[in-house]
Amino acid sequence: MYLAHLSLTDFRSYPGLELPLGPGVTVLVGSNGVGKTNVMEAIGYLSTLGSHRVSSDQPLLRFGTEQAFIRARLVRGEQQASVELEINATRANRARINRGNPVRAREILGLVRSVLFAPEDLALVKGEPAVRRRFLDELLVTLEPRHAATRADYDRVLKQRNALLKSARGGRLNEAQESTLDVWDHHLAGTGAELLRARLDLVQRLQPHIDTAYASLTDGSKIARAHYRSTAARPADVVSDDDGAVASAEAPAAVVGQDSGDDAALLADATVEELSALYVEALRAGRRQEAERGLTLVGPHREELELLLGPAPAKGFASHGETWSFALALRLAAYYVLLDDDLSGTQAPVLILDDVFAELDAQRRSRLATIVAGAEQVLVTAAVEGDIPPELHGARVRVLPGTVELDGTHGG
Amino acid sequence: MYEGAVQELIDELGRLPGIGPKSAQRLAFHILEADAGDMQKLAEAITAVKTRVKFCSICGNVSEQDTCSICRDPRRDASVICVVEESKDVMAVERTRSFRGRYHVLGGAISPIDGIGPEKLRIRELLTRLSDDTVQEIIIATDPNVEGEATATYLIRTLKPIGVKVTRLASGLPVGGDLEYADEATLGRAFAGRLAV
Ligand SMILES: Nc1ncnc2c1ncn2[C@@H]1O[C@H](COP(=O)(O)OP(=O)(O)O)[C@@H](O)[C@H]1O
Ligand SMILES: [Mg+2]
Ligand SMILES: [Zn+2]
Repeated sequence: MYLAHLSLTDFRSYPGLELPLGPGVTVLVGSNGVGKTNVMEAIGYLSTLGSHRVSSDQPLLRFGTEQAFIRARLVRGEQQASVELEINATRANRARINRGNPVRAREILGLVRSVLFAPEDLALVKGEPAVRRRFLDELLVTLEPRHAATRADYDRVLKQRNALLKSARGGRLNEAQESTLDVWDHHLAGTGAELLRARLDLVQRLQPHIDTAYASLTDGSKIARAHYRSTAARPADVVSDDDGAVASAEAPAAVVGQDSGDDAALLADATVEELSALYVEALRAGRRQEAERGLTLVGPHREELELLLGPAPAKGFASHGETWSFALALRLAAYYVLLDDDLSGTQAPVLILDDVFAELDAQRRSRLATIVAGAEQVLVTAAVEGDIPPELHGARVRVLPGTVELDGTHGG
Repeated sequence: MYEGAVQELIDELGRLPGIGPKSAQRLAFHILEADAGDMQKLAEAITAVKTRVKFCSICGNVSEQDTCSICRDPRRDASVICVVEESKDVMAVERTRSFRGRYHVLGGAISPIDGIGPEKLRIRELLTRLSDDTVQEIIIATDPNVEGEATATYLIRTLKPIGVKVTRLASGLPVGGDLEYADEATLGRAFAGRLAV
């Protein structure tokens, strides 16, 4: 698919922007702070209903405004579609598809498929487990939009369960609280297992692509792998740091050189019911500790996608260049999974590369450019033309404060 | 800030659910400019509701007498009880005309965030209604959202050992929502296709 037109109203720095686009490569050039990322962020938002820069919607509304619109016209094979997203400061966001009646924003998930590469991606390797969980869940929702509801339900159950744990006085639960907690365990395990099953399947789909992508970005001397670590598979591992997951690079339970195993492989054949039973068991075992801490320690919200480069964890061991290659490899793997998923051949994701070339050395730059150049639609931004590798010839758009100037290759 | 009575009215209206500061102000000025007789009627309706309306001593539904009209109606099937969260859900189910039994209003759903545990719901009163063999079936019709589902699970676990038949509305209700917003046909179908649990 590709975006044929993007229009913004009161989104970030744009009072009104009309941007005609076409298939192939489009390069947006403009000095720092002029508004390039704002445009890419808008497309990313249509795709995931989240920003890669901020966690709330407020910064997306142009200063002093209460409502923003992102509108896009998409071309998918022979078909055209239009989507409009309304972001509201005080009300729920809404969307319209093909000028139909307004629906919940969630209804557009899966419609605009994109993969966004940004300088922030370094955090995929160096950051907290939450960054990698988000990477998985966003891709999951793009592939199967119904998982947005699974995610929302899980988060709600988790909040309710934590509230109940916090109400335990001095870490002690009375009989009524115990039986209510049993009920929340049941629901946490149920929704958690659905999420886990989906994540495990996704990790298995990503796995081969991560390795090939990493090899194609480098000279291929190291093997890149991603191992999922689940609290369902290893209840004994439940560690007691507040934000962490079952394993983190600072405390590699696995001695370097010793493979701690991938739960995606271990649990490959487990059904949702079986995973749910494992969670219930783990919750039982950890209940006293949870009551003392007033915190749920078991479930997908505490799990980790551990990245390995050769025998060592990437986090804390990889060089700067290797870290970049790994981050790019994860995004490319997401792109390949979406391509695999596109049986009709009309839903290939739009590739967005926001300001990444400036960060890469010459070799990674040209290898990445060669890989992405063949995609159906590639949108690239850079502060100066010189940062764009020659492999990425295409339409040029000059970004100026609050507006853009076209080089006149695309029609309106 | 407005002076005295106007501001007080705005503040009071603003405390109502779904009414933000702007709407409260708009309503206050509407009241100020409206016909005095009409507004007198509104004030009386509010007073009447607070003095006359009570909750049915059997099912917990709103009622002007000790027991509500549904509990008093001999034509209603006393062997089936539909358990809902709020009185407004009774109205939603009544509109479907698919149900001829009686109700039990819990007064909410389990929600630790709001400090609501099962002991704050009218579950004990429900168990009292099961003390003889009159009731043969309990239909659980809590909201199709996280709190409603948890409440349903709790009820199922509490009721099963008693031996009464427990059923759940068939799926098809819009997930994540409120029972009262389900359209009549969908809710009616959910009743017809209820499942034993
Ligand atoms: N909500 C907003 N309202 C108005 N301007 C904004 C808003 N958010 C960001 N900006 C402006 O957008 C600019 C940054 O745009 P950005 O797209 O990040 O630049 P770049 O071209 O370097 O990628 C800054 O000048 C900032 O002040
Ligand atoms: Mg930028
Ligand atoms: Zn009654």
